[in-house]
Amino acid sequence: MNEGPDPSKGERPEDPSAQGEDCECQSRRDFLKSLVKTAASGFLLYTCGFERLLAEGAEAQGAAPHQYAMAIDIHKCIGCGRCVDACKKENKMPAEPHYFRTWVERYVTPVRGETQVDSPNGGMNGFPEIKEGEEVLKTFFVPKLCNHCENPPCVQVCPVGATFRTRDGVVLVDENYCVGCRYCIQACPYGARYMHPVKHVADKCTFCYHRITKGLLPACVEVCPTQARIFGEADAPQSPIRRFMRFNDFRVLKPELNTAPMVFYAGAGKEVR
Amino acid sequence: MKFFKLPQQLVSLFILFFIIIVVFIIARRIFVPATFGVYGHYRASAIDTVKEQKINYAGAKACYECHDDIFETKSKSYHKDVSCEVCHGPSAKHVESGGDFAPEIPRQRDFCPVCHGYNPSRPTGFPQVIVAQHNPGKACISCHKPHDPTPPHTPESCSACHREIFSRKMVSHHYSLACTTCHTVPDEHLANPRLNQVGKPAAKEVCGQCHDKAAESDKEIPRVDIQTHGGRYLCWDCHYPHDPEVKT
Repeated sequence: MNEGPDPSKGERPEDPSAQGEDCECQSRRDFLKSLVKTAASGFLLYTCGFERLLAEGAEAQGAAPHQYAMAIDIHKCIGCGRCVDACKKENKMPAEPHYFRTWVERYVTPVRGETQVDSPNGGMNGFPEIKEGEEVLKTFFVPKLCNHCENPPCVQVCPVGATFRTRDGVVLVDENYCVGCRYCIQACPYGARYMHPVKHVADKCTFCYHRITKGLLPACVEVCPTQARIFGEADAPQSPIRRFMRFNDFRVLKPELNTAPMVFYAGAGKEVR
Repeated sequence: MKFFKLPQQLVSLFILFFIIIVVFIIARRIFVPATFGVYGHYRASAIDTVKEQKINYAGAKACYECHDDIFETKSKSYHKDVSCEVCHGPSAKHVESGGDFAPEIPRQRDFCPVCHGYNPSRPTGFPQVIVAQHNPGKACISCHKPHDPTPPHTPESCSACHREIFSRKMVSHHYSLACTTCHTVPDEHLANPRLNQVGKPAAKEVCGQCHDKAAESDKEIPRVDIQTHGGRYLCWDCHYPHDPEVKT
């Protein structure tokens, strides 16, 4: 009857705890190995630049330094096109038509029929007379520019991370890394981007980032003779933007797209898109 | 030790993986720009590139530091909120050089109408003129000082400022009526319009003076019973007085 374990001889071949000593020996080894592996992979991740991602998360917790926004009062716009002119001069943009960071549109709603929108040369050289024989119900000007969306479709589609939203709420283009694929131009629902004919990169309104970071106003706001354009910080209680919001019924363009624009319009009817 | 003896093919596979990982890390170091990912999925130093752009518009504050006399004049005029560089063009060079590079001074007659030429899309009340009719051939600056544009003679006609209303009235059946038929105009309105606003009719009876059945006016004028016509609505809720035939 020698079948089965004999405790007296110390034989425990089928006891689950039989490999206990071996097992413990193994797991210590395993532990040391995994320790080395963890340290090695941690070092690898560190060299990969993973720590920057962590740092970004930590930084995002802190309050952003600014939250820039623009407000446009359509009741005040006289369609003089000085903003378009100033934008081109300030940003050294190509003079020929079709390249605009900001432009002025004229809306003409006849008594019967559809609303017509035109913007000859961005409104820079004035507007031709409204067609004869059309009874006009209402007509007004709407300045347009990049909406600096909080949720920008153009940034989502960029394959090389060359367009981005800064922490102070301005959507910019990295002209050294843009590959000129035009995805962002297609993606922008507001038509605010264009291909720069000389640099061959996507170009757009920067809210005059080089000016606002030095305490100046964007060029278009600086020259607007009727204060139809207002610029400031969206979250500062004293800012002109908040004053504008207190005194006006305002809306954003294409709210249904959920882009959360930072350009607000007062007096824009539903025909303004 | 048989647990730790890996098959040769696995060992070579691990070595291969190790080499791939090392190559990947080195390639990533080389190809990913230095500041990529500091603030987000973009190159942080691109912000500095954008910031470095040259400023061309100095801003009105910079102008007023030297031209305080013009600030004095302008701050009391209707052009107080019109920035200097609207007319004078980008002048950062002028500011930086301490007065060289004189900014442009537009003196031609075609510059002021950029803002003040009549355009129906412009908001009502913004001063506009029909350039062909407003003192043809004369330079704007011969009457209006750009820094204080109120003309030396106050306008004698309402149409000098209310051009849009005037031109609509002139092609309507009300063309022969003077503005003062319906509006009371304080004398001070001509010099200081926003502080001395004109009076507007408040009751139906003003229209009734001509349009009521009992009114003593020309026979061709359309008549209604002013007490019952339109119920509780006022005349101008439906009829635009400056162009009463307009279909709305």
